[in-house]
Amino acid sequence: MKYFALIWKNAWRKKIRTSLTVLSVLVAFLLFALLNAIGFAFRSGEDVSSAERLVVLNKISLINPLPISYQARIGSTPGVAAVTHASWFGGYYQDPRNQFAQFPVVAEDYFRLYPELIIAPEQLESFAKNRIGTVVGHELAEKFGWKVGDRIPIQATIWTKADGGRSWEFELEGTFRTDDPRGSTAYMLFNYDYFEEARAFGKGTAGWYILRIAPGADPVEVANAVDEQFANSPNETETSTEAAFAASFAKQFGNIALIVQLILGAVFFTLLLVAGNTMSQSVRERIPELAVLKTVGFGDVAVLGVVLSESILIIVMGGVLGLAIGWVVVQGAAQSMGATLPGIYLSPQAMLIAAAIMVGAGIFAGLFPALKAMRLSIVDALARG
Amino acid sequence: MTEILARLNGVSRVYQKGKERVDVLHELDLTIDKGDFLALMGPSGSGKTTLLNLLGGLDKPTAGTVNVGGAELSSMSNSQLSKWRATHVGFIFQFYNLLPVLTARKNVELPLLLTKLSSRERARRAGIALDIVGLADRAKHRPRELSGGQEQRVAIARAIVSDPELLLCDEPTGDLDRATADEILNLLKVLNTEHGKTIIMVTHDAQAAEYARHTLHVDKGKLEVRTAA
Repeated sequence: MKYFALIWKNAWRKKIRTSLTVLSVLVAFLLFALLNAIGFAFRSGEDVSSAERLVVLNKISLINPLPISYQARIGSTPGVAAVTHASWFGGYYQDPRNQFAQFPVVAEDYFRLYPELIIAPEQLESFAKNRIGTVVGHELAEKFGWKVGDRIPIQATIWTKADGGRSWEFELEGTFRTDDPRGSTAYMLFNYDYFEEARAFGKGTAGWYILRIAPGADPVEVANAVDEQFANSPNETETSTEAAFAASFAKQFGNIALIVQLILGAVFFTLLLVAGNTMSQSVRERIPELAVLKTVGFGDVAVLGVVLSESILIIVMGGVLGLAIGWVVVQGAAQSMGATLPGIYLSPQAMLIAAAIMVGAGIFAGLFPALKAMRLSIVDALARG
Repeated sequence: MTEILARLNGVSRVYQKGKERVDVLHELDLTIDKGDFLALMGPSGSGKTTLLNLLGGLDKPTAGTVNVGGAELSSMSNSQLSKWRATHVGFIFQFYNLLPVLTARKNVELPLLLTKLSSRERARRAGIALDIVGLADRAKHRPRELSGGQEQRVAIARAIVSDPELLLCDEPTGDLDRATADEILNLLKVLNTEHGKTIIMVTHDAQAAEYARHTLHVDKGKLEVRTAA
């Protein structure tokens, strides 16, 4: 700490140059925060997935449904404790920009399989009883100002009704939430019976099955047992963990993680060049001053430490500011885009990674100038001054 | 009987400039008494500053030994020399070499950062040093807000703040007008006579040399004449 004043003053000796460097670091870490939060949204399904649940999909692809008759057979597979199903509806509320996920489900079965979803028992009961009933995540209810009893029309983009119409009307019976900050509830659940009865095509099918494995059962064995039952049938299955399902779902939008990493890689490479250049210039300008430090007794390691600390300080200043702004923007985005991009979140893990990057980039950017300062010959440097 | 502070035996310093070998000091023997005020004079390139650097542990001889205050500088590692410099010697340069980003007090405190003193104690000692050089009221000024003479006084305060026994001055008045130079030289004389500092001063200025107790002429790497001032 006793060197802090020296390091701080040196860092700000050229205010404009340091400000610009801090600004470029700020932008890099702001991007890091935003891209990480977006990446998190795409990965959030994996992060909140349960190890006790498996998902059974059509082996061909996620968009190919499975016969509803599979439910009983899956349910009777050894090691399966419970099973339910869900389907992708795909619709919007009032305006095509108001897109969010809707799933036709069997109300009580679904909530039994997802105990992390919290709903008032009476609301769940009303939902199960009302054929056109629906429940929505509290994020959606807040966004659209819905309250229990409201009628919510959803325009279908896939599932036309048997009468040719695309408008599906639901009655809001309740809302649900989750205590897991990483989990999103920006979706709508409605009764499968209504969906099955009213849709124009695809009757007798479900999008996928979700099963809970019995305590002590081996997930791999259960998955194999399920898939073997349907081997060589017109609708072969592929059973995987919930995390793998979420990952394959997210990959429909492209390899977000890779895109994020490539962008951040380019940004941080540029950042290293900018910060490294700043530190090189800074050290070059004050060779005689560094010689004076050595003259009054600063050892090689102390001089190395002073220059490296200065480099780390500049990056940490920009990085912390960038992360802080990023955090505010992500909070705002989570409020305003929660329905369209649920799960947008700047995780503590991302913050820790950012802190490690700050220190690492600081060391890397300052290392060569610091080594130069450390190896400085006092006599030569004073002669130059 | 006078006590010897520094002893140089058969000291040579050779620099290699490309393929050319430059003999700056040649088998030089010298003893410096404790409490002396010695002026080193001689033409440019005669080896005055090299001699000063060797006495201050900034450079090592190619041959011979340099002993200051019982420390064999010629056999010490760079790290040992750094620690030795921090407590045993103060440097004063022609162009002051203050850190422009720090206030006068913070510049004076620099050598104390290497000690375990508290920040309050460092500030107190820096205040005393500035008081000795007559700049207590300029403690919060940055170097660019000070005159050349004041800057040199701050540099002197920095040199004495850790209370070293030896002060090495490389043309301390070379950048100052006559009146200011005399003020600085008087201050050095006070440090020598009243505070007991041993001072070795490189100078081209014969009037400056008159402030010293002895003058030593260096030419072509050899000591020539030793005169009492």
